[in-house]
Amino acid sequence: MPTITYVLPDGTEQQMDVPCGQSVMDGSVRNNLPGIVAECGGSCSCATCHVFLEHAPEGAFDDAMTEETDLVEFLDDAAPNSRLSCQLIVSEACEGARVRVSTSNG
Amino acid sequence: MNPRKIVVVGAGHAGGTFVALLRREGYDGQIALVGAEEHAPYHRPPLSKSFGTSGTGRDEKVKWIYDPGYYQSQGIELHLRESVTAIDRDRRHVVLTGGGVLDYDLLVLATGAEPRRLNLPGEGLDGIHTLRDLADAERLEEAILSGAPLAIVGGGYIGLEVAAAARAQGVDVTVIEREDRLLARVASPALSGLLSEHHRASGTRILTGAQTVGYVCDSGRVGGVRLADDTVVPCGTVLVGAGAVPRQALAEQAGLECGNGITVDARCRTNDKSILAIGDVTNRPVDGLEIMDGRMRVESIPSAVDQARHAVDLILGRPAQDHEVPWFWSDQFDLKIKIAGIVHGDYETVQRGDPAGGGFALYHLRDGRLVAAETVNAPKDFMASKRMLSSRCPVEAAALRDPATDLKVLIAA
Ligand SMILES: Cc1cc2nc3c(=O)[nH]c(=O)nc-3n(C[C@H](O)[C@H](O)[C@H](O)COP(=O)(O)OP(=O)(O)OC[C@H]3O[C@@H](n4cnc5c(N)ncnc54)[C@H](O)[C@@H]3O)c2cc1C
Ligand code: FES
Repeated sequence: MPTITYVLPDGTEQQMDVPCGQSVMDGSVRNNLPGIVAECGGSCSCATCHVFLEHAPEGAFDDAMTEETDLVEFLDDAAPNSRLSCQLIVSEACEGARVRVSTSNG
Repeated sequence: MNPRKIVVVGAGHAGGTFVALLRREGYDGQIALVGAEEHAPYHRPPLSKSFGTSGTGRDEKVKWIYDPGYYQSQGIELHLRESVTAIDRDRRHVVLTGGGVLDYDLLVLATGAEPRRLNLPGEGLDGIHTLRDLADAERLEEAILSGAPLAIVGGGYIGLEVAAAARAQGVDVTVIEREDRLLARVASPALSGLLSEHHRASGTRILTGAQTVGYVCDSGRVGGVRLADDTVVPCGTVLVGAGAVPRQALAEQAGLECGNGITVDARCRTNDKSILAIGDVTNRPVDGLEIMDGRMRVESIPSAVDQARHAVDLILGRPAQDHEVPWFWSDQFDLKIKIAGIVHGDYETVQRGDPAGGGFALYHLRDGRLVAAETVNAPKDFMASKRMLSSRCPVEAAALRDPATDLKVLIAA
């Protein structure tokens, strides 16, 4: 199971083993880490699962689709490495990925 | 407020979110979560949005809010398959089905809502369904996958989602709506019209102004829906989707103030200072709502999460935060519908985008401000409208109507 590092809103770090096929959002919410709210449960609707992808191994995650970039564009703290974590699907290639969780997911 | 024993009645989206958040934010007293269903809290929205698709095992199908094992790991007592049958406000305890009691310093009611019953002749026949929980969804899925013609009584969001998902399985679908348009109570006439066209184009029959008066029996099970003009819509399965009513009997019996829902203030307080209420069961104040004395039941996940958050802040002695703009989503066919704000009162509608291709949004304005926006496959408009609603900024219809106007400029105004 790949290990993903979450930098939480208070600056602390948590490492989680996230099963392949689940999303980075799942790995946070299922373990009740703070910061990712995920109201829509991962259907790319709510934009309350915003993270900054600080490190991703080559080819770890698919590029964002338009729906995701459209949502992200209107977030206050959007940055070039912004992603919605429910769209980051974990595979073996994700070992060592690191995301910083936005402080304004609500 | 410094409770050491918190009991939550109802292990749904509101109750589950509340207990997790409370623990995470540092509350270290006792928490008990009591739920009548056999499951830990799960996401209800997927229940109406697709049938016969994802995996076979239950674990693959159910979208848990938190892993079922999570509660125990956090020292949260989970009482599943147990109902609270009474609240004793003087002794400050709740009574469980088996007669056991749980003491509380603070009680949180999160009992949700249940499908409205129409009490029509034949309602008990086999083949007639309602949809609220996983068990309902499993039965309905089996019926839909059997391929029998489906009649849906009530053209609300859940009914229309099921209609779309059933059509995707090739099932013959008729939607029967009493009002003269679909989504009459919740959507603008413009959105109703566009969605009706879409459903009709997919092959769904839509009957409006059609009052259901009963069900026809065929070989011991439902064979049709009888309408007021005495015509019969033949079918093998019926879904009654006639809205939901708050599960407030417990609160009423305990003498808590209730209307359409348990009456709560902006911080989820009832008229008993030891009892809060959150989620679909509540009648809550809504910022910007200019009818019904500014309060209503908001049946949506974002509202349940917003209230859970406010209840936690109250308990931990923190100041109240702003409320999240009410919003809701619905998925029908390839349409992702998202509504920000509550569509109500009089308004002028400005359309952006083109319903015939790509996404579009209906912005509803009153007195130069946004009341609500209905967006379809238009995530930018959805995000922008949420921002306009939370800032209550002035919005000019002409600027909004002009496709050249950058939404970002409008929200910065
Ligand atoms: C099919 C369907 C689709 C939906 N789709 C969407 C959507 O797309 N977007 C959206 O925002 N919202 C949607 N909703 C609404 C959303 O699911 C609700 O707003 C949300 O579940 C409300 O949470 P709640 O905890 O208040 O109530 P619920 O989730 O209904 O939970 C209440 C729980 O309390 C339990 N309970 C009740 N009384 C007792 C008692 N006396 N003792 C013990 N337990 C008790 C019930 O068994 C239930 O499990 C949908 C709802 C349904 C049914
Ligand atoms: S969980 Fe809602 S968009 Fe990611």
